[in-house]
Amino acid sequence: MPKRYIGQSVPRKEGREKVTGRARYVDDLTFPGMLYGATVRSQVARGQIRGIHFEGSVPWDEFTIVTARDIPGKNCVALIHEDQPYLAAEKVNHPEEPIVLLAHADRYLLEEARRAVRVEIEPLPAVFTIEESLAHKEVVWGENNVFKSFLVTRGDVESAWKQADFIVEGEYHTGAQEQLYIEPNGMIAIANLQDGVTVWGSLQCPFYVHKALVALFGLPKEKVRVVQMETGGGFGGKEEYPSMIAGHAALLAWKSGRPVKIVYDRAEDMAATTKRHPSRTRHRTAVSRDGKLLAMGIDFVIDGGAYTTLSPVVLSRGTIHAAGPYFCPNVRIRGRAVATNLPPHGAFRGFGAPQSIFALECHMNEVAKAAGLTPDEFRRRNFIEQGQTSAVGQVIRERVDMRRLLDRALELSDYHAKTKRFAAENAHSRLKKGIGFASFMHGAGFTGSGEEYLASVVSLEATPEGRVRVLAASTEMGQGTNTVFAQIAAETLGLDYEWIEVAQPDTAAVPNSGPTVASRTCMIVGKLVESAALGLKQTLIRSGLLRENYEPAEFRQACRKYIEQFGPLKSTSQYQPPPGVHWDDEKYQGDAYGTYAWAVYVAEVTVDTITCEVRVDDFVAVQEVGKVIHPVLATGQIEGGVAQGIGYALFENVVWQEGRMVNAQMTNYIMPTSADVPPIRVYFEENPYPHGPQGAKGIGELPMDGPAPAIVNAIEQATGVRIPRIPVTPEVLLEALEGELV
Amino acid sequence: MRAYLPAYQLKALPSLAETLQQMASEPGAWRPFAGGTDLMVLLEAGKLAHKQYLSVWHLPELRGIEETPEHIRLGALTTYTQVLCHPTLQREFPLLCQAASETGGVATQNRGTLGGNIANASPAADSPPALLVYDAELELVSASGSRRVAYHGFHAGYKKMDLRPEELIQTIRVSRKMKHWKQYYRKVGTRRAQAISKVCFAGAADVNGGQIRDLRIAVASVAPTVVRCVQTEESLRGRRLDPERVRAARETLAREIAPIDDMRSTSRYRLRVAQNLLADFLGRLQAE
Amino acid sequence: MSEAAGKVSVACKVNGKPVVLCAYPMARLLDVLREELRLTGTKEGCGEGECGACSVLLDGELVNSCLIPVLQAEGTDITTIEGLASGDQLHAVQEAFLACGGAQCGICTPGMVLAAVNLLAQKPSPTDAEIRTGLAGNLCRCTGYMRIFEAVIAACQRTGIRS
Repeated sequence: MPKRYIGQSVPRKEGREKVTGRARYVDDLTFPGMLYGATVRSQVARGQIRGIHFEGSVPWDEFTIVTARDIPGKNCVALIHEDQPYLAAEKVNHPEEPIVLLAHADRYLLEEARRAVRVEIEPLPAVFTIEESLAHKEVVWGENNVFKSFLVTRGDVESAWKQADFIVEGEYHTGAQEQLYIEPNGMIAIANLQDGVTVWGSLQCPFYVHKALVALFGLPKEKVRVVQMETGGGFGGKEEYPSMIAGHAALLAWKSGRPVKIVYDRAEDMAATTKRHPSRTRHRTAVSRDGKLLAMGIDFVIDGGAYTTLSPVVLSRGTIHAAGPYFCPNVRIRGRAVATNLPPHGAFRGFGAPQSIFALECHMNEVAKAAGLTPDEFRRRNFIEQGQTSAVGQVIRERVDMRRLLDRALELSDYHAKTKRFAAENAHSRLKKGIGFASFMHGAGFTGSGEEYLASVVSLEATPEGRVRVLAASTEMGQGTNTVFAQIAAETLGLDYEWIEVAQPDTAAVPNSGPTVASRTCMIVGKLVESAALGLKQTLIRSGLLRENYEPAEFRQACRKYIEQFGPLKSTSQYQPPPGVHWDDEKYQGDAYGTYAWAVYVAEVTVDTITCEVRVDDFVAVQEVGKVIHPVLATGQIEGGVAQGIGYALFENVVWQEGRMVNAQMTNYIMPTSADVPPIRVYFEENPYPHGPQGAKGIGELPMDGPAPAIVNAIEQATGVRIPRIPVTPEVLLEALEGELV
Repeated sequence: MRAYLPAYQLKALPSLAETLQQMASEPGAWRPFAGGTDLMVLLEAGKLAHKQYLSVWHLPELRGIEETPEHIRLGALTTYTQVLCHPTLQREFPLLCQAASETGGVATQNRGTLGGNIANASPAADSPPALLVYDAELELVSASGSRRVAYHGFHAGYKKMDLRPEELIQTIRVSRKMKHWKQYYRKVGTRRAQAISKVCFAGAADVNGGQIRDLRIAVASVAPTVVRCVQTEESLRGRRLDPERVRAARETLAREIAPIDDMRSTSRYRLRVAQNLLADFLGRLQAE
Repeated sequence: MSEAAGKVSVACKVNGKPVVLCAYPMARLLDVLREELRLTGTKEGCGEGECGACSVLLDGELVNSCLIPVLQAEGTDITTIEGLASGDQLHAVQEAFLACGGAQCGICTPGMVLAAVNLLAQKPSPTDAEIRTGLAGNLCRCTGYMRIFEAVIAACQRTGIRS
């Protein structure tokens, strides 16, 4: 039966509000009697707090002032490990650590006041890089600066080294990357003993914030409410950080008895909130004479900053993706997340995979060279196939044909002809051209037993008029949650798309469908929307009020009658893991992800040898995604991710000084403008995933993995120089071309 | 928004005369405020130290573009958009137009002014190299009269200029004599659009029969002020170009500029790229 | 805390309506629009004139309202995103953004739409390069710009058909 909505680019559910400026983001909201809140931060990377002084001619008695002493519950942001305080009490561990909160009705006076608080800190020695942390220049966290480590082993790498025809080593680095959502973090809180705590804010995961506030205030769950406002971009930057800013706003609201709004300006948001973990990956690869991978030894280290936050999970994903879409009989992957005195790093689209895949896909080109093969021929000989087992021991049960994806991507980008042409032309031109690719996969949903642990729930309820509301905690932040949920529900129920509403995520009104992360919203939660919709249909049919092949008008009538007779009409669906999926958390083996999306990305670049600027001229993105639910939304995800990947590869450089980001302005932290992006050509293939809604796999993070290695491989082809680190700024490229690689 | 707004004053006096009068009454107490594209950024960062401003945006005497046979005279409040739209400027002053088109985005170009850009005295400004190449002259006006100064030498050091506290830049006059010269402008920024320059090179040369009769070279972002590279010019004026001379010119340029490391770039990069742009400019002169 | 100056009255037109604003003279036009007039469609993304989320049309020109001191808005004619549609009838650019997926999270959209409107007013049939240049002052982190370019082209065609 032809699909009415699935595979169609229906209008974005909240599109009209967005193009007319009527969509309501947190800073658009005000409350009577509202105060503004501001945060006083450390400025010293590590040290002992000796005193807090309120200076200047500020009328301090007008201010609400909150320190660690004012915290009713636990001074600790509930996440994985309880090490990050909301407000530092005795010690600071990074230079943006919050110490004092201030609130006042006049936000200009508030800024003056913020400047007039002097925190006396006796500095302690600090570490700022992975190398310093590993070398124990200082031990700044735990016993040995290591938040988490994993070891993945398979076969016997040691014997493989002895038997190898070639062994290739390489070390690769990626820098921090700022999510740079155009709407900064913001929260409004109302908090008092009687009503409890309510926050409205820019956020991805209402129930993460809920859990954090419950612990912060020591309140029962029903006394805490979290409401998501329209959110101007997240990309992971609003996955865990909102718990911190919500806690701060709520603490000020609690103490002042007034609503409090905290909205960061860009400089504070860039400097103080989470960024992508910097990484160092060391590869040692044994390959046979005929270009087959014999062994991969990978040492993958990420810099978690001062506190644990989500580093164990970022590490996990990065580690699992580190060996890529290849079959290799002997593998040893050591993953470590280490502490430094930088502001804590956190979730950013890709979540460890862009880092490890960057290293891998650059290194595979080097291995190919050593084996005397072209990059693509090398891949062909090593791509994992259906039935084979991945590095962590996952049998690839689904149909996968990376060779065909590769062929298609290379054809669409005219890779071979261009390779030849560039080689001939570059000799006579100061503009050097190159074309490079990356082949990769990205696991959708939470790792291993994560989804089972989340046990996500979605409800659908019908109104007496027969409108259907989707109740889920999954947030819209541009990726199309509202639209896709409505499409799935409409298709499943045979109703008009316009009759489906998606409720605003409000912890008082929706069940916990889990966080909006990990490329899970369409695939996992969308599937629950589908099954809840089926449940709704079944309820009505079994009640005898509706026949099987109903018309929409009949459905509406049946809803009215059902509600009249029986009361609320609601269907709830909870996540069940697909059968036969096993993951061993102890041994770190088994079915890491329910499914993977597979991709090959190709980048064509021009290197101007006068300025060492790199321009991406063309970009081809080919991916197999299960099923495309909404072509425009899916294409938009890939295009947006590729643009972020281009930024990651070439432009986005966090400049650190004593642990502080000194280029915390949009003038100095460079993301691509409309003039910087190439034509981005997106192609989808479909191989339905049986446990995704209509066969869909998750794709939100996939596009982040490919661009950087594809671009750096293209630069290598253009210039003959392998740059093992990103961003490849013109300064870095100049040093490399002049033979002094930094 | 980190400024304490109540502490700031901004007034728009009805006429240029009254504005100059106010500026003369307490020299340095009141500063001019043009399009705001530099000052407002400082204000928002909480870094605008001076508190009293006179808006000059509405003063007609500071606007307008006049043509004479030898010169174009631009009002200090000429915006980048106005530069881009002017037919004579498009035809005869490509460096100025290119600079204008690469200064910020459309919104910045609509509000940013040449006078404001000069008075802000950033060593990374985009138009000053072009103005230096075109032998720009500034007309400075105060309550007690007016005077003309060559733009070359106007900036004595980082953010220091030959502008008295009671003076306003009224017009900028550029010479039409280079209109048939070969002209070259390249701004190397942090990205393709809306970027602060890391190196910005402007050059123009009168080449005849393979010999450089006269030339101008100016570079931004390589010293505390925008630099008119007189030594490099001197080493090339009246000469024929050959690889040795180009190499020597690169060396001379290296001695004339003093690029630094900062959060945007490195001194090594700036030096090398400035040299490469010089060589590119000279290479194009040879080719044509 | 020295209070050297008080607020001033600024008379101008916003979305066709005459208004008298009362604010500190250096107050950002952005804040006055949002707070005094409750026109919250114009957004703050950076506070430095880099992102364009605060773009409005001032006397027909695209400007960053975070860089305009409200005193300088005296006597001007300002259009914000709220002034673009005529009641329920969306502007061609707004329709095109909807049809082409030009808005994802939506925070850059008001500024981007106005930038596109401004571009098409200057260049009714822009080339690809002109579109990229015309929108280069409006940053989008979600879309990668491709759908936005498509929306501008689609809007040209719609306006073309109309006229």
